[in-house]
Amino acid sequence: SITGACRAIQKLTRVRVVDNSTLGNTPYHRPPKCIHVYNKTGVGKVGDKILLAIKGEKKKALIVGHKMPGPTMTPRFDSNNVVLIEDNGNPVGTRIKTPIPYTLRRREGEFSKVLAIARNFV
Amino acid sequence: RVSSDGKPPKFQPPPKPVIIDRKTQKEEKRFLSPEFIPPRGRTDPLKYYIERKDMIQRRKVFNIPEFYVGHVLAVTTADPYASDKSKRFVGICIQRGGNGLGATFVLRNVIEDQGVEICYELYSPRIQAIEVLKLEKRLDENLMYLRDALPEYSTFDVNMKPVPRMDHEEIPVNKLQVRMKPKPWSKRWERPKYNIKGIKFELPEHKMKAAQKWSQPWLEFDMLREYDTSKIEQKIRKELSEELEK
Repeated sequence: SITGACRAIQKLTRVRVVDNSTLGNTPYHRPPKCIHVYNKTGVGKVGDKILLAIKGEKKKALIVGHKMPGPTMTPRFDSNNVVLIEDNGNPVGTRIKTPIPYTLRRREGEFSKVLAIARNFV
Repeated sequence: RVSSDGKPPKFQPPPKPVIIDRKTQKEEKRFLSPEFIPPRGRTDPLKYYIERKDMIQRRKVFNIPEFYVGHVLAVTTADPYASDKSKRFVGICIQRGGNGLGATFVLRNVIEDQGVEICYELYSPRIQAIEVLKLEKRLDENLMYLRDALPEYSTFDVNMKPVPRMDHEEIPVNKLQVRMKPKPWSKRWERPKYNIKGIKFELPEHKMKAAQKWSQPWLEFDMLREYDTSKIEQKIRKELSEELEK
């Protein structure tokens, strides 16, 4: 694969879906790409919502980890991880095996359901 | 003893005792953390002196063990968002950076097929404990190439038991040659600028030769880049030993 410079997630970044939903795990000839970041700046960090294009459909998702180094004491992952989400915030999948940063716990109100299905925390 | 002549054997004086001053030798060999040595520059040494005082204060309260790049460490930090308010991370130290109180080290581990790296600040009050699980130096001082190596070289068991240290003198050097994933890599590690000895390059000969085109052999003879730290180190060691005795 072609790796570019490590910035956080913006439009047209290829992204790795991390939960066990069918939409995220069935193979397709094009990888899931970000088409919009719901942020004042177009750059998405951990805890931001984005719009993904997967299998010809649009789906919202939550960023759980990116390749860009963040503040010290926060983990930096080797791939841009994303969890599929509905419009009201409910996760599509039922389990998240990959580790999730503890910093997401700060926004317990919005992401409580996503944090509930997560197994490992880093 | 019976000699051949029948006379008493010639008097042989006992060998002179060789006095090896182990104390001074040990003090010279003892580890000095790299963040104590100030960088080359024109800032007032008073600033570094004050910083070192703060660092020694922190070290008196909290034990920062001696560790190098390549050691496997377990760090427990305080976190308001974690269960039990503290979280533990195990990983191999891939780089140590920064000077003074902002000294950092990066730990890497692969959890559930996902590579995770965390950069910790040595003197941060959030750190509750640092344990050295495995003492092992590697051939290089910067193991950033582990990102492009096969994940088996970065996986370490989270519940690993600390390996007991055999010798109190030497830290073993692991001459492991790491196998890499297929190119492209995040950096061109085969180039002589990085001077990496810990990778088993399976590249064809002509590529290795082409990489040598970027070598700069005049750099090691450049006198303006020299930074002799021996005298500074001696001063700092003296300071440290005085302060720690108080």
